[in-house]
Amino acid sequence: MLTPVLSDNWDADRAWTLPSYERGGGYRGVRKALRMQPDEVVQLVKDSGLRGRGGAGFPTGMKWGFIPQDNPKPKYLVVNADESEPGTCKDIPLMLASPHTLVEGVIISSYAIRANTAFIYVRGEVLHVVRRLQAAVAEAYAAGYLGKNIEGSGYDLDLVVHVGAGAYICGEETALLDSLEGRRGQPRLRPPFPAVAGLYASPTVINNVESIASVPSIVANGAEWFSSMGTERSKGMTLYSISGHVKRPGQFEAPLGITLRQLLDLAGGVREGHQLKFWTPGGSSTPLLTAEHLDVPLDYEAIGKAGSMLGTKALQIFDETTCVVRAVLRWTEFYKHESCGKCTPCREGTWWMVQVLARLERGQGSETDLEQLLDQCDNILGRSFCALGDGATSPITSSIEYFRDEYLDHLRQGGCPFDPAASTLFATVGADA
Amino acid sequence: MTTTEPSGVRRGLDAQTLEELRQIGARYPQARSGLLPMLHLVQSVEGQVTAEGIEACAQILGISAAEVAGVATFYTMYKRRPVGDYYVGVCTNTLCAVMGGDAIVERLEEHLGIGNDETTPDDGTGRTITLEHVECNAACDYAPVVMVNWEFMDNMDPASATRLVDDLRAGAEVRSTRGPRICTWREAERVLAGFNDGLADEGPAAGPATLVGLRTARANGWRAPEASTSSDDADNEADPAGDKQDSNDGNDSRGGK
Repeated sequence: MLTPVLSDNWDADRAWTLPSYERGGGYRGVRKALRMQPDEVVQLVKDSGLRGRGGAGFPTGMKWGFIPQDNPKPKYLVVNADESEPGTCKDIPLMLASPHTLVEGVIISSYAIRANTAFIYVRGEVLHVVRRLQAAVAEAYAAGYLGKNIEGSGYDLDLVVHVGAGAYICGEETALLDSLEGRRGQPRLRPPFPAVAGLYASPTVINNVESIASVPSIVANGAEWFSSMGTERSKGMTLYSISGHVKRPGQFEAPLGITLRQLLDLAGGVREGHQLKFWTPGGSSTPLLTAEHLDVPLDYEAIGKAGSMLGTKALQIFDETTCVVRAVLRWTEFYKHESCGKCTPCREGTWWMVQVLARLERGQGSETDLEQLLDQCDNILGRSFCALGDGATSPITSSIEYFRDEYLDHLRQGGCPFDPAASTLFATVGADA
Repeated sequence: MTTTEPSGVRRGLDAQTLEELRQIGARYPQARSGLLPMLHLVQSVEGQVTAEGIEACAQILGISAAEVAGVATFYTMYKRRPVGDYYVGVCTNTLCAVMGGDAIVERLEEHLGIGNDETTPDDGTGRTITLEHVECNAACDYAPVVMVNWEFMDNMDPASATRLVDDLRAGAEVRSTRGPRICTWREAERVLAGFNDGLADEGPAAGPATLVGLRTARANGWRAPEASTSSDDADNEADPAGDKQDSNDGNDSRGGK
């Protein structure tokens, strides 16, 4: 049912240190990879079927294969550790518990794409994770896993831990590159794609933390081992993060394709005396789903077919005490706050959507406001440089699809019919909600 | 006026700070990449992003002050007003808000007598608190979450959050639920600028929610599949996923929880 690989050493004594990581078999993937040709490592990751764990699910090995090796410029690997998608909380605990898993993945991946400089772009708001990364990189240098002539292979790699400064948009890969160049984090128009002209206009691979952290186990155990887990087109194990109104929220590492019903069971179910109302499969940018989707396999294809996206596998669970209008308004305020301002549909559209939603939540406005909201979403979706605006429309369109009546209840009652105290963690257990 | 505190935090843009700003730029193939950590260092010594700090970064990088200001105003962690000793950020993104974040902010504003993005006056203790609501901080399985100087304070409620700020103001020892004793905001900014404070070994590897799935797997005997033994003999003994068959492998910190 569960398949701990990335999380397997998280309960080890001083798991974040190099000796602990090496005791568990760490860094043998590096030695094995350095005996292979870089192209063989790329092929191995292609064969494994690993797809990007940061939300889009793009095949990792294929991304690496796009790096033009005849380009004379330096190649760069950049790890996207800017985990900020609401609900998403897998990379931060991974780096806190076992930063060396990521560092080892960086070394192997950089070797595969022939990069001699790599960066971990970590969000700034996680101080202790920054400390652990800094310490792990220092340990890896001291042990000869980073620097010149790694393990006598002749391969050199420098790794810089780069700390962001608070901007959700920097999780978008081209905004991240601008930010890493010391600029405002605003997305770039593509093409050219980062593989051709990324950091410093040089060939660059940008991968999510979990994607890169999955590489050492693939190298150590083989592509077949990895692809023996998961479904036909969604291979391998992954971290599912369950939060919200469940008895035991937390991280669950399972093969792709497990269902929410199974995961909820492992998490002890929805909190006592309450029922599932709505959930996100992969953060707030993925359309809401409901109890009718409990048995949909949590893989890229099946969730897509159900009208949402697997995203970051951030399963935020809300029970019947939660007002969906309040939830959606808050997410929309977030997108408005985080819109970088570059593209008009997103910058202006998210502002207007907040106005309309806030009025609805107060029980004012009229039913035509719902059509107005859907029209605004239609004018944002697919009309900006990056996916932030697209994501902002997901909670709105999906909530109107599944909970139109609840919006109308606000209008009928002239206000929110819910008691916010009932949905808190410290609401009196067993009280009538 | 320049002083250095025991923690290594300096005050003022003195020669050593300017040298450290240059060192940050030197970590990168192109120095401008260092601008974000440079601005963190400015905050560490100035207590906010100041006009002088912007000018210093601009001179070192050979770009205009306007370009630096453009960056400094884009990111929410950079503050244009003095920040207190303890920056208390309450997550009020949807999930934390619903689970109690809104109630925590309300209680703290009332208790501290300040509004969002405001700082308590120095009550004579020399310890001040800046209160702000923050966006998702990637700890949703510990909701509601409060950050103090960007350290995790997990599973908070209005009462525990009130005690937290009282303890901070009283100078009592406050430890992050997944990290060390809380340092000052300026000390935290210095670490974010890339100057490690040696506290990485403090705190646990993981909090209880992080380990829920792993402990469930251990209790049920669930493991990832074994790797096939044919591909590379030399590496199988070290197979990070395959060593669970024999949990008594000499590493007694694993498998027995």
